[in-house]
Amino acid sequence: MFNNHEIILDNVSFAYKQRNILENVNLEVQKGEFASIVGPNGGGKTTLLKLILGLIKPDKGKIRIFDKEPDKIRHRIGYMPQYAHLDMNFPANVMDVVLMGRLGKRNLWFTRKDRAKALEAIDQVGMTGFTKTGFNELSGGQKQRILIARALCSSPDILLLDEPTANVDHETEENLFTILQKLNAKITILLVSHDLGFVSKYVKSVICVNLNVVIHPTTQVNGELIKNIYHGDLKMVRHDHRCSDEGHIHD
Amino acid sequence: MIELLDAIFDPDNLFLRYAFIMGGLASICFGIIGTFVTIKRIGYLAGAISHCVFGGIGLALFLQVNMGLTWFDPIFGAVLAAIIAAVIVGLVSLHAKEREDTIIGTLWAVGMASGILLIDMTPGYFNLASYLFGDILLISGRDLLYVACLDVLVLGIFILFFNRFFSVCFDDEFTSLRGINTTFFYLLLLILTALTIVLLVRIVGIVLVIALLTIPPAIASFYAKRLWQMMTYSIFICLFFTWAGLGLSYSLSLSSGPTIIVLSGTAYLILLIIHRLLR
Repeated sequence: MFNNHEIILDNVSFAYKQRNILENVNLEVQKGEFASIVGPNGGGKTTLLKLILGLIKPDKGKIRIFDKEPDKIRHRIGYMPQYAHLDMNFPANVMDVVLMGRLGKRNLWFTRKDRAKALEAIDQVGMTGFTKTGFNELSGGQKQRILIARALCSSPDILLLDEPTANVDHETEENLFTILQKLNAKITILLVSHDLGFVSKYVKSVICVNLNVVIHPTTQVNGELIKNIYHGDLKMVRHDHRCSDEGHIHD
Repeated sequence: MIELLDAIFDPDNLFLRYAFIMGGLASICFGIIGTFVTIKRIGYLAGAISHCVFGGIGLALFLQVNMGLTWFDPIFGAVLAAIIAAVIVGLVSLHAKEREDTIIGTLWAVGMASGILLIDMTPGYFNLASYLFGDILLISGRDLLYVACLDVLVLGIFILFFNRFFSVCFDDEFTSLRGINTTFFYLLLLILTALTIVLLVRIVGIVLVIALLTIPPAIASFYAKRLWQMMTYSIFICLFFTWAGLGLSYSLSLSSGPTIIVLSGTAYLILLIIHRLLR
């Protein structure tokens, strides 16, 4: 077996249109990790997720998930994309959307077991009773939760989320993270986030992506580090978020 | 109304009866395929395919008359052109995102233009308007059989793969992560769209076919909450418009295709305004 590392990226590089997005990336993610992927726009956050999902192939290097190639192990990964690319007028109710997570190569129609799994996932994200509601009638935060349920109902070992809290208000954000924290008891979670200050209250580690990839325990996150991630001086606004139990130091 | 019924059952008016049967049968694949074209937002691709069909018809006429290939019926040319166009258009839309609309637009125009050139080079007189805007006088018993077969094919495939088509249209990236070949289902959808267009060109013609493909689902989407509901409503709305349009065009001695389109288009716009005002 492998040494407790579920995701391993070994010297991975990826370029798009002659521009390097990721360069010689080494990353090891342990079982039970709850990490936030942060970095500037265009820094390669979504690319990193897509590499792990096997949606794109690295130009160089090796990616192993549970010791296998990403596209062979996809069924053990749950994925929540940004919902902005979905058609909001699509005629579907919550159950229709969540059941997509039960799709497989072999089954043409959904069975009673698939429906039970979908209901369980809907319960887990606190959306019980919404099964027959139209997906487009939901609020932004509710849609995110349903997409998490869709990712969950395939019983994944790893959950990847692309900006789960984009366009939702603060309270919804707190709610979502409480749900994710609970799920983390059984599932390894990686999520892309813009709001470093907020997520560091919940996550165990921060994966900084900007051409290179560095993973830090949350306790190390401070002003200096943030400056390095985003290159150059940033305006930092103090707010009530804490980076860790010990707090963090501003210059 | 009674006059119309009399006319339909008058043995001398076989063409009218054929047109009504054709309209009824056509509504089934129109409702199903049209719903997918609407929700996947590929009306533009369907337009390009339908104009390429004209190139195929031109090629068939050219081969028939100039090369003596009498067995090469225009419908074979149309089917061939439609399937080739569907695959090309599908691959372009998947792999050439930046230039997609330019390439599709070019295919659209070139398909149409080559059809006209091929017909120019073919001796004899061909009524172009009947291909462009439909002509129910041309509907034969064989056409009815073709459309019935297409109905069975479309219904069979969609009942079998409903969940897959649903997912591919809603979120193809996620669907491919579930191990489903999304390219295959996308191309299959386009090929079925192409076949539907070919067989229905008889009723409304190449230029108008897109309207009949997208208007009924657009109206259905006001009321449908789920995909299968949208399809069912579309089938009945399409049936209503084709029959009402055929009846109207017969009573007023107007072209059937344009009557159907003006009727459904006006109804859609009125409903759209009502829905906007009610909101």
